[in-house]
Amino acid sequence: MDILRFATAGSVDDGKSTLIGRLLFDSKAIFEDQLEAVERTSRDRGTEYTDLSLLTDGLRAEREQGITIDVAYRYFATPKRKFIIADTPGHIQYTRNMVTGASTADLAIILIDARKGVLEQSRRHAFLTTLLRVPHLVLAVNKMDLVDYSEERFEEIREEFTQFASKLNASDLTFIPISALHGDNVVSRSESMPWYQGPSLLHHLEHVHIASDRNLVDVRFPVQYVIRPHKTEFHDYRGYAGQVAGGVLKPGDDVMHLPSGLTTKIASIDTFDGPVSEAFPPMSVTLRLEDHIDISRGDMICRPNNQPQVAQEIDAMICWMADTTKLSPRAKLTIKHTTRTARALVKDLHYRLDVNTLHRDETATSLSLNEIGRVSLRITQPLFVDDYARNRQTGGFILIDEATNGTVGAGMIL
Amino acid sequence: MLQHDYTTSQLDVLEAEAIHIMREVAAEFERPCLLFSGGKDSIVMLRIAEKAFWPAPIPFPLMHVDTGHNFPEVIDYRDRRSAELGARLVVASVQDSIDAGRVVEETGRRASRNRLQTTTLLDAIEEHEFDAVFGGARRDEEKARAKERVFSFRDDFGQWDPKNQRPELWNLYNAKIRKGEHIRVFPLSNWTELDVWDYIRREGIEIPSIYFAHTRRVFERDGMLLPDADVVQRGDDEPLFESMVRYRTVGDMTCTGAVSSSAATVDEIIAEIAATRITERGATRADDRASEAAMEDRKKEGYF
Repeated sequence: MDILRFATAGSVDDGKSTLIGRLLFDSKAIFEDQLEAVERTSRDRGTEYTDLSLLTDGLRAEREQGITIDVAYRYFATPKRKFIIADTPGHIQYTRNMVTGASTADLAIILIDARKGVLEQSRRHAFLTTLLRVPHLVLAVNKMDLVDYSEERFEEIREEFTQFASKLNASDLTFIPISALHGDNVVSRSESMPWYQGPSLLHHLEHVHIASDRNLVDVRFPVQYVIRPHKTEFHDYRGYAGQVAGGVLKPGDDVMHLPSGLTTKIASIDTFDGPVSEAFPPMSVTLRLEDHIDISRGDMICRPNNQPQVAQEIDAMICWMADTTKLSPRAKLTIKHTTRTARALVKDLHYRLDVNTLHRDETATSLSLNEIGRVSLRITQPLFVDDYARNRQTGGFILIDEATNGTVGAGMIL
Repeated sequence: MLQHDYTTSQLDVLEAEAIHIMREVAAEFERPCLLFSGGKDSIVMLRIAEKAFWPAPIPFPLMHVDTGHNFPEVIDYRDRRSAELGARLVVASVQDSIDAGRVVEETGRRASRNRLQTTTLLDAIEEHEFDAVFGGARRDEEKARAKERVFSFRDDFGQWDPKNQRPELWNLYNAKIRKGEHIRVFPLSNWTELDVWDYIRREGIEIPSIYFAHTRRVFERDGMLLPDADVVQRGDDEPLFESMVRYRTVGDMTCTGAVSSSAATVDEIIAEIAATRITERGATRADDRASEAAMEDRKKEGYF
């Protein structure tokens, strides 16, 4: 059994909570005491139906205001897969949350109300999903029961969205007509839509192929921690611990250390459970090398003939996440990229992107909360980077405010 | 050409993620510690720590907040397991906090030291200058926890501000704090109760005996089975009876209920949990039943 991480985008009006509630309920991930609590609260508030959004809205402020503030993580499993849902609020002010949820997602579900069709919000969600390079996108056209399960309406929406998506570089795109309320095409195929020949949503989630989404070509091993036991038994042991960010490593492979550029071979790939014959993402392992090279946290191990860029000047798309401060040229920030932390100077803001129209505003002088733009950064130390499109681990970084220590930006290297 | 499709099982993915988190903490903080209660989640967390740094020893101490109301079997397990690993165990005692006048013992039949633990915990974090504290909490446990970060920031009063959390992207964790502040780290955030049991089975890890079915003298209160023990105050209208029970969670004897069960092996426990329709906290924790936001409120004050 493997894990599929998916993000859901849409507002309560699109039936997102109902959809999640149904997936959880039908897979028995909602327990009786949780349901009772939700039913009790719904009754107390005089709501006619059981408000399943109460299951995901975990904070007092959310329940009081009837809004979702933050990404909520939910879990369920079927005999085929374990699922982690990053449930992100749909409102415009919460781009930050959507970006956060999408950063680790294998798949994103965007909900569209069949009556309303493709809205500005749907475009924004699709754009953010592709910006974050979520490999699989599902357009769930919901409330099909309210448009008489019309194939024509579904095709209209599919057509409109496909046209928009072609501008986005969207990857694997799947359209599924559903009714979350009645369960049509959620867990099992709907009898009300005989014209739809595709899988149900759950079937798609269970079977979508994600193993090849990882980069298994470019060997990237950011050194996270140096293991030196100082024990008699392992007196000379020196291991480089980390999580494989790309490629497949094997004992005997020629490898190169960055920043030194020195080459050696992998002597052994160690784990607590014994040495392994290969390591690939997302394994956490410890490498021992044949030659003694001075290696510390933040360094990179790669293949001599396939290296990341060694860069002190990078261009990136930034999503700004700070409530009070803005990103503008000359700003100095801390940057964390793989296991390396350095300082960054914002050299230039090239444009601010309107996430609804994709219009580039080149006159922009700053980015505020939830705004996205292209910037150039100068870094105090070289980073070992790949294009985000090629590797999400070695292409993504965060920016930290040096005064507040808050995480204020997410960056994707171009 | 790739020889196979490099699929990774769910337990391997979760383990790799947790190991990565532990190594980040060891690399970025001066004085981490790991909260070890002898409960199943902290047992799994300790095994992950063992794996993350092997063949080196775990590079931080363990800490237990001892309420004095713990099950003796669990305290016994705690001491044995820490000794086996050669780990340093810091015991922060709620009784000491009471004796020092830092907290006042609750009175009455429902008296519990659950809430008092927060003060003891925060005092110990301050005394030992811990800047990162590993906890075994999981997001599937409770809805306030569903919104918590893996690296969860605590201000210099130990408080959690759920509305002002740092965004957490990819596997990049922000470890920046000022002196006096700390980070609670939850390496098992993405694990479910079933994952924890599957992992215990796979790893063949020993667990305290009270997790398995045994005969115990109990009484019923609010639909929960509480044990017959000196520290638990029982009324005349709460008669004792013998029952075959086990514990699904391990907390204080005063507020942790047993469940009726005949599960005598890890396999049987897994079968039981897979079939259950009640959450572990709903079934066994009086402390969470206080209100809709009981956990959120305690967490804001600095609870585990």
